[in-house]
Amino acid sequence: MDPLESKKTYQDYVNKKSPNSKIVKNCFNAFWVGGLICTIGQIIFNICKERGFDTQTSSTIVSILLIGISAFLTGLNLFNKIGKFAGAGSLIPITGFANSIVSPAMEYKSEGYVMGVGGKMFTVAGPVLVFGISTSILVGIVFLIFNTQNITLV
Amino acid sequence: MKKIGKQTIKFDNPPTILECSSIVGPKEANGPLAKYFDQTLEDEFWGEKSWEKAESKIIKENANMVISKAGISSQDIDLVFAGDLLNQCISSSFGLRDINLPFFGVFGACSTFVESLSLGSICIESFAKNVLCATSSHFCSAEKQFRFPLELGNQRPPSSQWTVTGSGAAILSKEGIGPYITHITPGKIVDMGIKDANNMGAAMSPAFSDTLITHFKDTGRNPSYYDAIISGDLGYIGKDIAIDILKSNGYNIKANYNDCRGSYF
Repeated sequence: MDPLESKKTYQDYVNKKSPNSKIVKNCFNAFWVGGLICTIGQIIFNICKERGFDTQTSSTIVSILLIGISAFLTGLNLFNKIGKFAGAGSLIPITGFANSIVSPAMEYKSEGYVMGVGGKMFTVAGPVLVFGISTSILVGIVFLIFNTQNITLV
Repeated sequence: MKKIGKQTIKFDNPPTILECSSIVGPKEANGPLAKYFDQTLEDEFWGEKSWEKAESKIIKENANMVISKAGISSQDIDLVFAGDLLNQCISSSFGLRDINLPFFGVFGACSTFVESLSLGSICIESFAKNVLCATSSHFCSAEKQFRFPLELGNQRPPSSQWTVTGSGAAILSKEGIGPYITHITPGKIVDMGIKDANNMGAAMSPAFSDTLITHFKDTGRNPSYYDAIISGDLGYIGKDIAIDILKSNGYNIKANYNDCRGSYF
């Protein structure tokens, strides 16, 4: 069989030829590392509640601490090693978002603080911010319209 | 110099590869080819402030090294062909600005070095006495330009490849005792629609196979004519694919074919 018969046959042939990522192993590692990060967050949350903070303040403290730890580990060149091992487990929680902003900032520092760090800091996180904020505005408008007219959505 | 077959150039007075040299980074220095490199670096910066500057330094030092190894003066060199992966070939143009020689910047990504050798050979055949060909790449600067920051915690799929940190250079000469460049078969662009940026081997393999088949047809040779058939950097998946494509076209290259990328790390 000639794999180059058409683009379709070649794509099928390449898919068969290329090794797949180890899905079970990756999922397992992502599950327990992601779970661990969330557990750490929950522990911080509980300690804060214990010390007398309200729920909202406690959540904010959890976010600040996790972002801080993640940024610090990125700076020590450790977070990419965790990310390589855990994949989505460390990327999906807020730790991954912090990493996606700190890593370009470090990478482009050599191009100066304004055009380098400032200009390139959001190259990875930019799309998340643009579409995340846009969506929240849209949802806000919908919420406003229906709420002011006394109609409930469901 | 004349054209034979569909797209092959045959030289009447084949240019000699007078001398060659290489400098590589720390990862390559730990690979199986380590003892063949002229110089290996201990870190990716080589005392510079950025990876781009380090890459420039690598190609600069390598060009100086190949000239001194060849035992000729840089005034004897008529032309320089060089290129790299960065925007506007900045590593080569900054690295070679002090060498004070006529310079052609070449961009062919993975094929830059062979392109330089091809164009250099054509110049040797027509007017030049000595031509310097060089190329460089740097894992960190390439990742920064084309992919993600190094510190980003993402996963690389098993088919992804690793850019070499290093530089290779060669001096082509009109006179010499070989090895010679006797034929060149410039390849066509063959796009089979692979869109996965992490599977470059699969994207490049059809073009490599097409060039090889054309070369066999143009020269009337068989794979067994050669001691070694070597591709640039198809990786182990691309290498397998090339063997399969050649096989379905009636050529068996398995015995003497090898790929550079599979051998570096």
